[in-house]
Amino acid sequence: MAALKFTEQQENFEVIKSNSVTFDTDSKKMAPHQLNPDAWIDLYADYLFNFAVARVSDAEIAKDLVQETFFAGLKSAKNYKGDAAERTWLIAILKRKVIDHYRKINSNKGKAEVRMSYSSSSDSEGDWLEEQVADPFSQLENSPIENEELGMAIQDCISKLPKKQALVFKMKTIQGISTEDICNELGINPSNLWVMIHRSRTALMGCLNENWF
Amino acid sequence: MISCEKAAIICNKTQYEEASFMEKLKLRFHLLICKTCSAFTKKNTEFTTLCEKANLHSLSEHDKIKMKEQLQEKL
Repeated sequence: MAALKFTEQQENFEVIKSNSVTFDTDSKKMAPHQLNPDAWIDLYADYLFNFAVARVSDAEIAKDLVQETFFAGLKSAKNYKGDAAERTWLIAILKRKVIDHYRKINSNKGKAEVRMSYSSSSDSEGDWLEEQVADPFSQLENSPIENEELGMAIQDCISKLPKKQALVFKMKTIQGISTEDICNELGINPSNLWVMIHRSRTALMGCLNENWF
Repeated sequence: MISCEKAAIICNKTQYEEASFMEKLKLRFHLLICKTCSAFTKKNTEFTTLCEKANLHSLSEHDKIKMKEQLQEKL
């Protein structure tokens, strides 16, 4: 009798388990991505900030744009369908914000008038077409684009690091804070810091390895 | 003679120009005899140039905290 009960229970358990499994897959199908605004700043602020700085080349404006992006994201969170990953969705909003920014600064009537001078050297005589032909071997045009992609790739890799390592690496490498100050702020000793730097650098190199070395 | 672990740490310090003269000397000697560390040093230096080239930016913790507060108000 007891054995029978036990198998019955087991069966029940089995049913519940299979139910929960189907429920899981269903919920996944419904919303593959979900918004989690609490974690936005920790996860994406630096990534978005890099993206913005590359486009407006002013840190203060970029900061404001990122902030506005988070607000806008919050406001239209109910329109988020979950088709794209959270970060992609936020980047899409940020792109609109960048465009809006340029519209705003160009909206004054005087600025709307575009004056073009095709040659930058004013002392050249006449309008010689030869002077304006692009240099077919020039590599200059690509390098800012490549560098921006590189920057985003590095940011992407940084976001995969453990939180503390990422923080130390960013403080040391990007913000250039001295070892002493970082140690004081985070309450660690220098050898601890160097070990963390070593781990983060090795991880980042591994992460970048596929594309950039 | 220093260990490879130590050499790696010194190598990282040189990336931030924080290695002392003695440390650099020790590292140089180590690199003469250790192929693995030479390869690592080369790659590490390359990574530093990449980081410089990428013109990385990040928000300071202070800015992030301020952002969080403002976002919390809207939540």
